[in-house]
Amino acid sequence: MSAVVAALAGAAPAAKDFKSSTKPVWCPGCGDYSVLSSLTKALAQLGLRPENVAVVSGIGCSSRIPAYTTCYGFHGVHGRALATAAGLKLARPDLTVVVTGGDGDGFSIGGNHFLHACRRNVDLTYVVMDNHVYGMTKGQPSPTTEPDWDSKLSPGGTGLRTFHPLVIALAAGANFVARAFSGDPNGTADIIAQAIRTPGFSFVEVLSPCVTYRPEQREWKKAVRPAPVAQTDDPARAVRRIMTDDGFNIGILFSGARKPYQPPIGVGRATAADLEREFAI
Amino acid sequence: MTRPSRRKPPASRAHKPGIATVEELMTHAYAMETEAAERYTEFADAMEAHNNPEVAELFRKLARIEHLHGEQVLQAMGWATPPPHRGDFRWQGTEAPESGERGELHYLMHPYHALRIAHQNEQRAFDFFGHVARNAGNAAVRKAAAEIEEEEREHVRLIEEWLKRTPQPPSNWAFDPDPPMGVT
Repeated sequence: MSAVVAALAGAAPAAKDFKSSTKPVWCPGCGDYSVLSSLTKALAQLGLRPENVAVVSGIGCSSRIPAYTTCYGFHGVHGRALATAAGLKLARPDLTVVVTGGDGDGFSIGGNHFLHACRRNVDLTYVVMDNHVYGMTKGQPSPTTEPDWDSKLSPGGTGLRTFHPLVIALAAGANFVARAFSGDPNGTADIIAQAIRTPGFSFVEVLSPCVTYRPEQREWKKAVRPAPVAQTDDPARAVRRIMTDDGFNIGILFSGARKPYQPPIGVGRATAADLEREFAI
Repeated sequence: MTRPSRRKPPASRAHKPGIATVEELMTHAYAMETEAAERYTEFADAMEAHNNPEVAELFRKLARIEHLHGEQVLQAMGWATPPPHRGDFRWQGTEAPESGERGELHYLMHPYHALRIAHQNEQRAFDFFGHVARNAGNAAVRKAAAEIEEEEREHVRLIEEWLKRTPQPPSNWAFDPDPPMGVT
């Protein structure tokens, strides 16, 4: 980090300055390459510096992103990225904290954390690369997989109703909700930048094709379109719109004004001696 | 990988009107070449990571060519340093026309496929400058854009020649005897 800081001293970092020398190992054609590009463009667009940004992730293909940036990074436990990130943000509110991951990590293993992160409304930006499959573990159905997706690992499909992350985020209290598409990296960068600008918990679902286990997702580029309506600050209206679209409307769908949760730092902090006294018999 | 090379560009690639000065036009040209070079480098890295050295080397070569084109823009304008990368380029929404789409890659792709991607990119660049050459309000911009359009036409032709010299992949080029588990 110190070399990066020194190299950038005084200069406004460009997107490439947020990319590390570690080369991604994602499959060629994977949408996550574009999301990495969008994230670095967004950080540059906001005039941030790598040393003031932390990227926190869980486990999965998309959770590799922290290593590919020059920001501080935390590649954590499966499904627990939001808990880690919330702790970091509450302790270091001066940092910009971005959480990244996939649909399995975020909505299944980390589903409970997702609900309460929305409800708690800590000032985080959560970027989920949703490809409707567990890619890293060879193609099992995830919470967002269609019920009739037939594969060797799910013959005949799961028959299970799909998880609807945007609606659930709104119902749980997220302050900013958007859908993006990896095939539109500049548009996605704009959305991520606006998510970071917006105080509170911001949730961005990025449709990011898995070309290995869901090659049919290459066709998503023909299905996506800008949402035909302007963003709203009414969560009920946003939910109705999202529940009735086909999952391919792209854009900022909801932006609210809830005050972020940020308790004062240091107030009520116990020392080790205080704790020891509590346990004294 | 399977798209025809001269397909209609998606709406997201549509051109915005309004390049007003030659300097602005050349800033676009520089950004286009630079972003193309960065994208080809990314493609080369991906191919290296997936043990496809032949295609990786080809993408690396294309990156060097685009980098050279960017340097030529700087020289032509007498710019000692690159122009600032503003965020308001006149290509609508997504990306510079000469940047290849990431979704086009495949780990088993052949050099022929890589050249097809390059051909599409050059064609989009040709279309972009042609559009400016015909629609810009400023005569000097139209003239400069027409000159660059001619250069891009030559690039398209060179890639077409290169494609003719490159073996076409067999029909089963994507067959993997040891495929990722779970694919139906």
